[in-house]
Amino acid sequence: MTRILPHPILTIALTLFWLILQQSASVGNLILGLAIGLSAGLATRSLGLDKPKMGKPWKAVELVFVVLADIVRSNAAVAWVILTHGNSPRVAGFLRVPLKLRDHTALAFLSIILTATPGTVWLEFDEEAGELLLHVLDLVDEEQWIDLITKRYERRLLEIFA
Amino acid sequence: MNAIPLWGAIAFAILIVGGAGLTLLGCIGLARFNAFYARIHGPTLGTSFGMVGIIFASALYFTLAEGRPVMHEILIAAFVVITTPVTLMLLSRAALHRDRSEGAPDVPAPRRRIAAREPQPDTKI
Repeated sequence: MTRILPHPILTIALTLFWLILQQSASVGNLILGLAIGLSAGLATRSLGLDKPKMGKPWKAVELVFVVLADIVRSNAAVAWVILTHGNSPRVAGFLRVPLKLRDHTALAFLSIILTATPGTVWLEFDEEAGELLLHVLDLVDEEQWIDLITKRYERRLLEIFA
Repeated sequence: MNAIPLWGAIAFAILIVGGAGLTLLGCIGLARFNAFYARIHGPTLGTSFGMVGIIFASALYFTLAEGRPVMHEILIAAFVVITTPVTLMLLSRAALHRDRSEGAPDVPAPRRRIAAREPQPDTKI
């Protein structure tokens, strides 16, 4: 099983991508999509990536909605900062966030979340100290930002990738 | 091609203007902010809701015009969301590296690794 399907999620996702791209779920396209997904999965195996350990993957649904709501909110917030403080944001600054996350897939998802919500930019992650360096555009309250990242995103990611 | 109903036209007009407007605002932020780290926040408006607005508008328009669900724009959203952090991290880490090696005062220093700085025991035989 693992010989043919080293990365089952990648294979399924690529097959789905192919079907959506072709806008048809015909047998021919399904076979072609599966061929692409399988060969990409095999090619990825030689990269030697560690497999994500799934804990409660269904918790991802909740996380998606939380993040979508935050994207709307932070878009409005950043647009407001640009409109009202045209030249220099008043309280932009660096922020260090201590993280418990170590799983690389989970960290990748956290970076996607932080990038997708405007107002926070991921600068670097110190794996030894478990500390994330961010730049925040509207750094009024440091504690509030740390709470947002650890309690809203990190806690859920820890549950998903247990 | 079907005729587009009025509500559809209004809906995707709002989505397009909203998405393009947010992207424009992001670009204004990119051009006007005074520091690099503030500037990189601007384009993320375009890659998040700016992109979502335009993609929803496109999906809605072609769904109405062709009379069948057209959803493959969602792939653009998926790839933009996955690839943006890579570019953004490369840019910001390059800037961080430059500022640190120039000794800029307002940039946080890297964590000191005490273990790595300890003198190595002499292992010569």
